[in-house]
Amino acid sequence: MTAWLRHHLQSLQQTLARFAGSPFASIANMVVLGVVLALPLGGYALLANLQTYAGSLPTEPQISIFLSPSWRAEDSALEAQLRSAPGVQAVRFVPRDAALAGLKRVPGLGDVITSLRENPLPDAFVVTLGSADAETAARLEAQFRALPGISIVQVDSAWVRRIDSLLKIARTAVLMLGVLLGFALIAVTFNTIRLQILTQREEIEVSKLVGATDAYVRRPFYHEGVLLGVGGGLAALGIVQGALLLFNTDLARLGPIFGVLPVLRLVSLPDASAVLVFAGLLGWLGSYLSVSRHLLTVQPH
Amino acid sequence: MTQPIISLSGVTKRYPGGREALTGVSFQIEPGEFVFLTGRSGAGKSTLFRLIAAIERPSSGSVLVAGQNVGSLSARGVPFLRRNLGLVFQDQKLLFDRSVFDNVMLPLLVTGQPYRDSARRARAALDKVGLLDRERANPVALSGGEQQRLCIARAVVNRPSILIADEPTSNLDAEYADIIMGMFRSFNQVGVTVLIATHDRHSLEQGRVVALDHGRVAA
Ligand SMILES: Nc1ncnc2c1ncn2[C@@H]1O[C@H](COP(=O)(O)OP(=O)(O)OP(=O)(O)O)[C@@H](O)[C@H]1O
Ligand SMILES: [Mg+2]
Repeated sequence: MTAWLRHHLQSLQQTLARFAGSPFASIANMVVLGVVLALPLGGYALLANLQTYAGSLPTEPQISIFLSPSWRAEDSALEAQLRSAPGVQAVRFVPRDAALAGLKRVPGLGDVITSLRENPLPDAFVVTLGSADAETAARLEAQFRALPGISIVQVDSAWVRRIDSLLKIARTAVLMLGVLLGFALIAVTFNTIRLQILTQREEIEVSKLVGATDAYVRRPFYHEGVLLGVGGGLAALGIVQGALLLFNTDLARLGPIFGVLPVLRLVSLPDASAVLVFAGLLGWLGSYLSVSRHLLTVQPH
Repeated sequence: MTQPIISLSGVTKRYPGGREALTGVSFQIEPGEFVFLTGRSGAGKSTLFRLIAAIERPSSGSVLVAGQNVGSLSARGVPFLRRNLGLVFQDQKLLFDRSVFDNVMLPLLVTGQPYRDSARRARAALDKVGLLDRERANPVALSGGEQQRLCIARAVVNRPSILIADEPTSNLDAEYADIIMGMFRSFNQVGVTVLIATHDRHSLEQGRVVALDHGRVAA
C-alpha cells in the first residue's frame, strides 16, 4: 500500500518534472485543449444565462380574443362566460377605439393610423390565465374558439414556448459539440502520449529490463494524460470566464442606453469542478488508449 | 545435492529470420558458482542470456531459473524474475538523459523502495565500483571503463542472487579488465552466482568454462 502510494508520488513527480522540463510544449498542448473545451463550455454558459433570462420573463400566458364586428358591447353574456371558464384569472375588455389610440402612440405608426378613414380594429378581450402550463392554454383556446361572436383567438404565450424550444435545440447542439470536442480531447491526449512514449522508448525499455512492472511503466503516462486534461479544463475555464467578464463590462456600458442591466453569470464553482473532473477523465481515457496501443511496441530486445 | 540455480535442457532458439542461434543446449549452474560462457562472435552467448532474462523465449527446451520455468513465465511474472537478476548488457543500455546516480537508482525505484534507502544503496554500489565521486556526472562524460563499472553498479544495486554479464570487459585494456573481473570475484565471494560471457581468453584462469560453438555446447 505504501509502496503503491510511493509509486504514484514518484510518477507524479516525474511527470511534473517532465512538464517543467519542456514548459512551452506542455502549455501549448493545454492551450489547444483549452480552446477546444472553451467552445462547448462557453456555449453552455451563454445558454445558462439565456435560460435564466427567459425564466424571468412573464410566463403566465394571455389569450387575446378578437370579436366579430356583429358583437355589441352591451352583450355581457360572453364576458361572464369567459370569466367563469376554469383556469381564467382575469378578463380585461379592450374596446376598438382604445386599441387604435394605443397604436397611434407607437412611433412611426401614428401618421399611418391617422390617415385611416375608419378604425379597422375589432373589440377584444384579453384573458389572463392562472397557470402557465401549455395544456390549460390549449384547452381554453379551443373552448373560446367555439363561442359565438368570436373571430380570432390567439394564445400570446406561444412565443415563450418558442423560445423554450429554441433553447432546447441550442442545448442539444451544445451537448453534441461537447461530445465531439470531448473526442477531440481524447484524440489530442492520445497523440501526445504516443509521442511521449516514442521519446521515452529507451527509458521504458531499460526500466523493464531492471524489473519494472507494466503498471509502473504505464503510470506516468496516465498522470500525464490526467494533468493534460485538467490543464486543458483550467485553460477553458480561464477563457470562458474571461470572455464573460469582458461581455459584462460591455453590457455595463450598454446598460444605461437600454435601461436594462442584464449581467452574465460566470461558470459556477460546482460546474467548474465538474468540467475539471470531466476533462481529467477524458485525458486519462486518451492516455489509457494510447498506452494500451503503443506500449506493446516498446519491448526490450 | 542442491538444486541448480540455472538449468537449461535441450534449449533451441530460432529467430524469426529462420536462423538457429542455439541448438539443443543443456547445462546447469549451481548456486554460488562462477561460470564463464565463451564462444566466438555469433556463437549464441547473448541469445542465451536473453533466454535466461526472459527477453526472448526458447523455441523448444526449457530454461529454469531458481526452479522457475522462464520460457512459460507470464508477462506479470517477468519483472519479478528480473529483480532477482543483475544484468550487465553487451550494449550497456545506460540512460544518457540522467546522472550516473539516477541510472543506479532505477532498479530500486521500479521496485517501489523508499527514496532515502534507495539513495543510500545506490551510493554504496557506486562506491564499490569506484564511481562515488562521479555520481552527478552524465554517463556520456565517463570513460569506457567507467561506463562498464556503472553498468555493474546498476546490476548489483538490487543485491541480486544471480549476476549475468555479457562481455563486460570488451573494448577494455587488460588492466581495466582485471579490475572488473576482480569485482565479479568479490560479488561471487559473498554468495552471488556469476555468469560472464567473454571471448577474452586470458581472464579464464579461475572458474568453470562453458564453451559455445555455433549454438551448441562444445566439449
Ligand atoms: N534479434 C535477432 N534476430 C535474428 N537473428 C539474431 C538476433 N539476435 C542474434 N541473432 C543471430 O543469432 C546468432 C547468435 O547471436 P548472439 O548475439 O547470441 O551471438 P554472440 O555469441 O552474443 O555474439 P557476440 O560475441 O558477437 O556478441 C547470430 O548469428 C546472430 O546473427
Ligand atoms: Mg553477444
